Amino acid sequence: MSRFLPLAQAVAETVHDGDTVALEGFTHLIPFAAGHEIIRQRRKRLTLIRMTPDLIYDQMIGMGCAERLVFSWGGNPGVGSLFRLRDAVENGWPNPIEIEEHSHAAMAHAYEAGASGMPCAIFRGYIGVDLPKVNPRIKRIACPFTGETLAAVPAHRPDVAIIHALKADRAGNVLLEGILGVQKEAVLAAKRSLVTVEEIVEDFGPRNLNAVILPGFTVAAIALVPGGAYPSYAQGYYARDNAFYIAWEPIARERNGFLAWMKDNVLDRGPEVFALHARRHAVGRTARGDAANSRGDA
Amino acid sequence: MTETYRRTEMMTIAAARALRNEDICFVGIGLPSAAANLARLTHAPGITLVYEAGPIATRPDVLPLSIGDGELCDTALTTVPVPEMFRYWLQGGRMTVGFLGGAQIDRFANLNTTVIGPYAKPRARLPGGGGAPEIGSACGEIFIIMGQSRRSFVAQLDFITSMGHGEGGDHRARLGLATKGPTRLVTDLCIFEPDPRTKEMSVTAIHPGITRAEIAESTGWPVRFAATVAETPPPAAHELEVLRDLHARTARAHGQAA
Repeated sequence: MSRFLPLAQAVAETVHDGDTVALEGFTHLIPFAAGHEIIRQRRKRLTLIRMTPDLIYDQMIGMGCAERLVFSWGGNPGVGSLFRLRDAVENGWPNPIEIEEHSHAAMAHAYEAGASGMPCAIFRGYIGVDLPKVNPRIKRIACPFTGETLAAVPAHRPDVAIIHALKADRAGNVLLEGILGVQKEAVLAAKRSLVTVEEIVEDFGPRNLNAVILPGFTVAAIALVPGGAYPSYAQGYYARDNAFYIAWEPIARERNGFLAWMKDNVLDRGPEVFALHARRHAVGRTARGDAANSRGDA
Repeated sequence: MTETYRRTEMMTIAAARALRNEDICFVGIGLPSAAANLARLTHAPGITLVYEAGPIATRPDVLPLSIGDGELCDTALTTVPVPEMFRYWLQGGRMTVGFLGGAQIDRFANLNTTVIGPYAKPRARLPGGGGAPEIGSACGEIFIIMGQSRRSFVAQLDFITSMGHGEGGDHRARLGLATKGPTRLVTDLCIFEPDPRTKEMSVTAIHPGITRAEIAESTGWPVRFAATVAETPPPAAHELEVLRDLHARTARAHGQAA
């Protein structure tokens, strides 16, 4: 059953040196606050899994948390490169990093296979492309019924999945809305999971009968961190800070500038700064018009 | 109709015109997203736009900076999880067209967005494939939009991230693919379509004011021109107005100067 913990304690108890860790969230609900806590606790030798490494893995890789990266698209979305990831791959700074590269389809199916308790994912993919030549974990398998050649990749079974969600209730269940990415699959595929949330409510109240809910028995730890997905976004709470994504490129381009920024904004700070960011980018109302009632900082 | 316009505007408008009202389009971020939304806001109001983050039939008021901006979810008919997107909607064969960009392209419209130089020791590490490897094989056909230069239009790709026509001819069919692959490549200079037999991308239309010599100089292989080469109609006033409004709204929304 899930336990409510302060973020620092939740990370200390769930993430250990050498673990395979998946911080998921597809553009939406990226668990930045949890990633920063991992950096502050100086975790090392992690295998990081994530479809789109985004700025959070750029930061974790640049701070020396990772020795291996499993991913499918490693850019700054809509902006360009992740310079800390590139420096690690191209120059081995701050340490060499091994990469295991897939397509989005393969990564999504690998999480789904992990959540399903299957050893591998099978799909129609990687046809006529070069990734199978450089990633020995991409294999071919023949359909036993039709003979069609299909792609197979091993299931993702991370030691820890970390996601950010909108709400938890007092019983420790977790509610997700909006762009869902692979968060549900990542949590169900992992041996243990940590969820940061915008707010904790008595109960979820009236909701869609098919609302996306992770029952408390699938979650190890819940930490209340309003704004914990900033500078990504939380649907109905705050908007993606696209200007920060653009500003990140010059920050991350040079090692010293990056280290100075990390000291000022991560090492010397705590998770409480995320609530301030969220307030600055708060959305009063989404196009659906129902979000104003559920704002955590209202 | 003699209004001045930029080459990137001609490229986006020419690409938008290729989309049909009845298309179900899997949209890449950046130039493809601009062209697909321009089509929706002009001649193809009924087009279904699908983004890999999960939104289906989305109608964003501003262009997303990333593939999963909230705007896409807010204005979508429905938003599905990413595994479902790739399994049911893409692999399931429901997309009539996939719209891609790339960093490097070769004469058979294979794309590289992975590395420049050797994979193990790249001179430049690019973002990678994302959804493109399976978009390239699963969509009914593929449109590509890319700025044209010798750096991007190369004789030999360093890495094939997504397959176009492979080695040309019937290569796709030999790999069991029933989809058409790249049927149109729109650049800031011209429009390419595959030769019916060899599948080499050949120039079928040239944008106004562009010469064959300039196209040849901007292509890293001996470029072929089709037997009949048309001139691309210049941007109509309405097309330019809608595109510029869209970019201005987008810049304001993302906190940038227009």
